[in-house]
Parts: sequence; structure tokens; C-alpha cells
Amino acid sequence: MLHRREFVKQLLFERGDLLVICGLGTPAYDVAAADDDGSNFYLWGAMGSASMVGLGLALAQPDRRVAVFTGDGEMLMGLGSLATIGVKQPPNLAIVVLDNQHYGETGMQPSHTHSGVGLVDVALGCRFKQARSFEKAEETALAREMLYSRPGPLFIHAQVAAQQLAQVLPERDGVILARNFTDRLRTGGRKS
Amino acid sequence: MNLAERSALDWPDVIYSNFRRAGIRQVGYVPDAGLSRLIQLCQSDPEIADVLLTTEEEGIGLVAGAALGGQRAAILMQSSGVGNCVNMFSLVKQCRLPCLIFVTMRGEYAEFNPWQVPMGSITDACLRLCGFLVYRIEKAEDVADVVAAACDISFDSNQLVAIILSQRLIGRKRWNN
Repeated sequence: MLHRREFVKQLLFERGDLLVICGLGTPAYDVAAADDDGSNFYLWGAMGSASMVGLGLALAQPDRRVAVFTGDGEMLMGLGSLATIGVKQPPNLAIVVLDNQHYGETGMQPSHTHSGVGLVDVALGCRFKQARSFEKAEETALAREMLYSRPGPLFIHAQVAAQQLAQVLPERDGVILARNFTDRLRTGGRKS
Repeated sequence: MNLAERSALDWPDVIYSNFRRAGIRQVGYVPDAGLSRLIQLCQSDPEIADVLLTTEEEGIGLVAGAALGGQRAAILMQSSGVGNCVNMFSLVKQCRLPCLIFVTMRGEYAEFNPWQVPMGSITDACLRLCGFLVYRIEKAEDVADVVAAACDISFDSNQLVAIILSQRLIGRKRWNN
């Protein structure tokens, strides 16, 4: 099993101009802990929409790579969006699911993946160019190579340990989050 | 064909020309018979990314992502799809992003399928409760003005805007009964 926070930190290390959309809940704390950057957009609600926000952004910014970080529960609520992405075949979009097989925000109730529902199989069935599961820290370099070098749509399935970590809370106000993101995009990328 | 009949046939073309004028670059849709001509026009335009959705709520995420990326987008759906979107509307409302949707009505004028009536009868009120400005169009001759104004207020003033295309405007759905 992967340590979720360490895996996200490694994926976002030297991220260049990668744009990040983050689904609600624990993945937001992982991303905020790794790199709370203006090129991150955090969803605090609208559960099930993270992948579609990623698609809209990837279509609007075809020269930038877009990564969606989300959890198994949020992904399960928007499974149809994988079919929608499969039709559009955005080469610059990656979906990264941090799968702890539980709903961490609501008391660690088991999710569908806990009963063996396979998200990688769903992504492959939806015509993702590459979909792969990762469970060992030694595989992180391969996940990075996928995220930054391969043509999408990509599906990175991270099997992470079900552990409760300290919450690292990013900004919550949607207007500020959207403004930070669009300002950063307009001014061209990385913080100094 | 008289002028009124001609303009009734042309309303999808009028909406499409407004998409071009407003610079809309992404159009998400769940197919509907009343929207078929407009969907075809979007599909045949290389400047517009047409995005076939599995459910209407995906469209709300799509337009939010487009806005974050600096593009304008619109969503096409049948009235039943409005109910599917309710919680997703919180995304565009909370982030004060423009959201322009076109809703073809079912469950009102000359409806054959009673299952369309429950959602059709609350579509307008539901949209307003969710924070939308709602413009209902009954006549083809009103399409050009109303759609142009709706595009302007949505994108220039960052508003949630719904254009309701009435069932009478779209015409009766034919059933083989």
C-alpha cells in the first residue's frame, strides 16, 4: 500500500506548469500538503464533478497538462464522466484516484472498491489510453513518467493505506479559488 | 412556406449563430429530439468542442472547467435533466462562474408521456431556486433577441442563466400509437 501523502508529494514534485483539479475530501488535504499552489483548484462540494472540471479545463488549455486528484468515493459518484472523457480522448488529461477503499470524511465506511469493484477496468473500458494501478512506493517513478510524459487520457490508480492524517485545509471560498486559478493561468504559470 | 414557418424551422440556427458571436468554444449535451439540429450544427463546427455527456450534471463540471481555463461554454439538455443537476449547480454558484444552459421542455404542451410531467412542471421554479436567471421562449421570432441577451448577461456578468425553449416552440413529439 502507498502512503497517500508521500505519493502525492512525489507526483507533484517539480510539477512544472501542471494544472491540478482536486476533488473534495482527503485528496484536497494531500494536494494542499504537497504544494498549495495557485495552479490548484479545490472542490469542496459538487461531489462527482472533479473529472469533468478536468475535462473542461483540458479542452480549454490544450497546451497544458491537467491532473485531477480525487478519491474513490468521489470518482464512483462520477463514473459516467470516464465514458465522456473516453469519447473526447483529451491527450493532456490525467485522472489520479487515491483509493483507500473507504469514505474517509464520513467515518471510514467501506466504498465499492472495498468489495472489489475495479476502477482501472472501468477506465480501460472507457478507452483511456493508459490505466494502471500502483501499490508500491518503488513504482512512483513510473507513475510520474506516466503523468508527465505519456499521451492521455491517463488513469493512475493509487492503492493507498486507509489512514487518518492531519487535515491540511486549503482556501474554501469558491470565488477566491477560481480567481486565484485564473489569475495564475493568465500570468503564465509558476509562483516565483 | 410562410415567414413564420420559416423562422420556426430556423431557431436552432439562430442559437448556433449566437454561439459563434459569443465565442462559445465548448458545448456539452445530452441528446434530445428538440435539440438535434443545434447539436448537429455544433458537431460540424471545428471551433466548438461538442461533448456528449452521460448525464446532464457532467455539463456543470465541464462549464466550470472551461471557465477556469478561459473558455466560454454552454450546456444543452431536456427539462428532465435539470433535476439531475441540482447539487452540481452549487459549483458554478459558489465560484461565481458563468453557466449558460438551454433547456428544451417536456411535460407541458401536448405531452404524451405522463412521466415527463412531474419534472417538467417544476423545471422553471427549480432553476430559479438554484440561482438561475430564467428566460422562457414561446415564439421563434423571440429567439434571436433573448439568446443574445442571455449570452451577454451570463458571460459579461458571470451569471447562471437558463433559456427555456417551450414545448410549443419545439413542436409535438410524434408517437406511433
